[in-house]
Amino acid sequence: MNKPAEVVIVGAGIVGAACALELGSEGLRVLVIDEGFPSTGATGAAMGHIVVMDDSEAQFAITRYSQILWDDLREQLPPAVEFDPCGTLWVAADEKEMAEIRRKFDYYHERGVNAEILDSQQVRDAEPHLRAPLAGGLRVPGDSVVYPPCATGFLLQKARDLGARVIHGQPVAAIGKGVARLADGTIFAAGFIINAAGQSAPNLSPGINIKPRKGHLVITDRYPNFLHHQVVELGYLKSAHSLTADSVAFNVQPRKTGQILIGSSRQYGAENSAVDESILARMLQRAFEFMPELSSLSAIRVWTGFRPATPDKLPLIGPSPEDPSVLVAAGHEGLGITTSLATAKLICAQILGQRPAIPIQPYLPSRQMAAEAHV
Amino acid sequence: MSESVSVRVNGKPVTVRAGATVAVAVLASGATCRASVSGQPRSPLCGMGTCFECRVVINGEPQRRSCQVLCEANMEVEANG
Amino acid sequence: MDSVKHLRFDVAVVGAGPAGIAAALAASDSGKTVGLIDDNPAVGGQIWRGAQSVPRHSASSICFERLNKSAVQIIRGARVFHAAKGELAAESDDSAIQITYGKLILATGARELFLPFPGWTLPNVMGAGGLQALVKSGLDIAGKRIVVSGTGPLLLAVAAYARKSGAKVIGICEQTTRSRMARFGLKMMLVPGKAVEALRFACDLRGIPHWTDCWPVAAFGNRRVETVRISRQGQTSEIECDYLACGFHLIPNVELPRMCGCRLRENFVEVDEYQQTSVPGTYCAGEPTGIGGLELALVEGEIAGYAATNWEDRAKHLFAKRARYQKVVRILKDAFPLRPELKNLARPDTLVCRCEDVPHERLREHGSWRAAKLHTRCGMGPCQGRVCAPAAEFLFGWEIDSVRPPLFPVRCSSLAAIGSHSAPQN
Repeated sequence: MNKPAEVVIVGAGIVGAACALELGSEGLRVLVIDEGFPSTGATGAAMGHIVVMDDSEAQFAITRYSQILWDDLREQLPPAVEFDPCGTLWVAADEKEMAEIRRKFDYYHERGVNAEILDSQQVRDAEPHLRAPLAGGLRVPGDSVVYPPCATGFLLQKARDLGARVIHGQPVAAIGKGVARLADGTIFAAGFIINAAGQSAPNLSPGINIKPRKGHLVITDRYPNFLHHQVVELGYLKSAHSLTADSVAFNVQPRKTGQILIGSSRQYGAENSAVDESILARMLQRAFEFMPELSSLSAIRVWTGFRPATPDKLPLIGPSPEDPSVLVAAGHEGLGITTSLATAKLICAQILGQRPAIPIQPYLPSRQMAAEAHV
Repeated sequence: MSESVSVRVNGKPVTVRAGATVAVAVLASGATCRASVSGQPRSPLCGMGTCFECRVVINGEPQRRSCQVLCEANMEVEANG
Repeated sequence: MDSVKHLRFDVAVVGAGPAGIAAALAASDSGKTVGLIDDNPAVGGQIWRGAQSVPRHSASSICFERLNKSAVQIIRGARVFHAAKGELAAESDDSAIQITYGKLILATGARELFLPFPGWTLPNVMGAGGLQALVKSGLDIAGKRIVVSGTGPLLLAVAAYARKSGAKVIGICEQTTRSRMARFGLKMMLVPGKAVEALRFACDLRGIPHWTDCWPVAAFGNRRVETVRISRQGQTSEIECDYLACGFHLIPNVELPRMCGCRLRENFVEVDEYQQTSVPGTYCAGEPTGIGGLELALVEGEIAGYAATNWEDRAKHLFAKRARYQKVVRILKDAFPLRPELKNLARPDTLVCRCEDVPHERLREHGSWRAAKLHTRCGMGPCQGRVCAPAAEFLFGWEIDSVRPPLFPVRCSSLAAIGSHSAPQN
């Protein structure tokens, strides 16, 4: 083994991988430890949509920042990552939603995000398989899609090229006070430890509030040219918004292979990874309402995943109040792929004592944790 | 009852015995069933519906396993191998 | 959108090969309602494929006649893709089918093991059973040159059948050793009826070279196989052929039993003496409980059918017969183990996953099936790993992970049907 690491990262999902690359690029020695193999958690189940969201200023800031970083990276991404600048098409079912489309357009426009309002005919020209009539839509051409496991693999490989070390198959039992201890007792000392353990993050940093939010996805056989954009109903925002109810929302994605990915569902309190037939049915029925021909496509696989969700729907990026040597980088809900690169930048800035590119306050873990004195 | 049945594979008429599958008609016509994702020609492997190599378009419907479909008169089969 | 058919049976039998047919007939004797579900357009499974169109005085003809006269409801062309307690979901070409049952008998049979070697993806390289199935489905091989290779008794049956169908069988390449093959022959003589079968094979195959310690190394051709290179006792030679039939014995179709929650041992379904699995009310018969051939499948099916309809006496009566044919499982296992040389046939660029065109060198990088799937898409195509997962297991020693619905690619509308049906009606 070479010189000891200066930063230990727990979790080789896309967030951990992005952090490894960013820190490595700044000359730091990095060790990444994963309990399984890379992308075993939410990263491996994720849709891979890179999307600018407007739920709040803080959400917009981090998604926009990260989307630009993905664009900067795109030339370097190998074909396996399947980067596809297909853009997002938000669809409005009625006039009320159309008003929301206009609001969204204004919001993006004011902040320099390219968007285009489409009327009922234009939205069907953009996606011929959408049913008529829809009120219209909003096309956001700057959004894109990647294949998350290979994106993570790419980031990790680049990190390795810069000297990072990656350990697989080793669960981490505890972190803190400059030390990460594996379940088998091995100890790694480092100046900083990054908790990018996704769903398991609260086990390592007690006090942070991350709960699993189960989702379902269906992938079809190859139907090239069936779909051109990631198409999402505006109701998706209501679904992502709700903290308690089980919900479904129409969300489909074209893969570069020509396969269609169909989502989405959200359930709280469902900890079992088995496919839930009844919410799957609801999710599909919702999709058929927007794109009837989906019903006759061949579905090859169904899987579930758990989005690590926080109560205020913003990720945790920053020091644990109990131990400033531990930085949390977790709780990204459905935006982990999108915001992975920005998360890495923000973490890096904090470690190096540099000014972060966007305000960091909304994401600090301290906002969640009760101020308690510890001996 | 007829002892043979005629279908069209890539526009070409092919006659097979009654009860034969579309896979057999494709092979009899000299075509291959499908092109793989990297463009290789593929034809049936398992003969029993589990390998999916025999997929063709039948009467406009894609992704049909030809070894599991019996030929019917005037079927239009596109075998894009 | 699809309609959803709702069917209800006292006993549902999945798989209409010999085991399933025997089970359905036995269950039907009780007067209970029996449904027999199969993916293929006609019943018979693999070994009895097309047997209905060839009338003979044989076990298959007798069974088909009884089946047609019975009250068993046969559902053809329906693939079962989901199982929950007391219910199956299946899909046919025109609808989704919801089947509720009192008892379930799984007779899902087996499929061939395919191992990758250079050129194995060429058209007209097929499974051994694969070639036979196609010939039974109408493929004309009269005058064609065929090499039969791989391992197992199926090679003999296929070679005999091909010859009877007018093909020129150039040779049979069996990878097992000569001594194992000889022992196999001797031991099978002790199984009732097998001596006659062996003599018949010897007759049918007279003059066709049978090479042991022999396996295919590569297949060559432009758009279809034209030549196969084989290895025989350390030497390679090339044989021109029109078809290369290649299969490495059978692996059980345990995906549905797994989804039903049945316990497996060494990848076979565990059953008690009544063919009942670890799930009460769910039975399993035939190859998924152990690769043992036709006669064993028939008697296991019959036992399951009687047991599922509470006719234990009749079932018990068959135990001795089953014991006689049970020996075949051990005999086959001992006779045809796969030799390690077969792990080295694939070159770095030889495809392992045919649905997604993933070559050996890309898989080698990963430490587990799950990691390989996620990063290369191997096993994520429409065959859902049925071809490549067993090969990967053999090549890399990976354990293949659990099953999820759909067990088979199905229309999205059928997937939606399984979670959204109302109370089933008859």
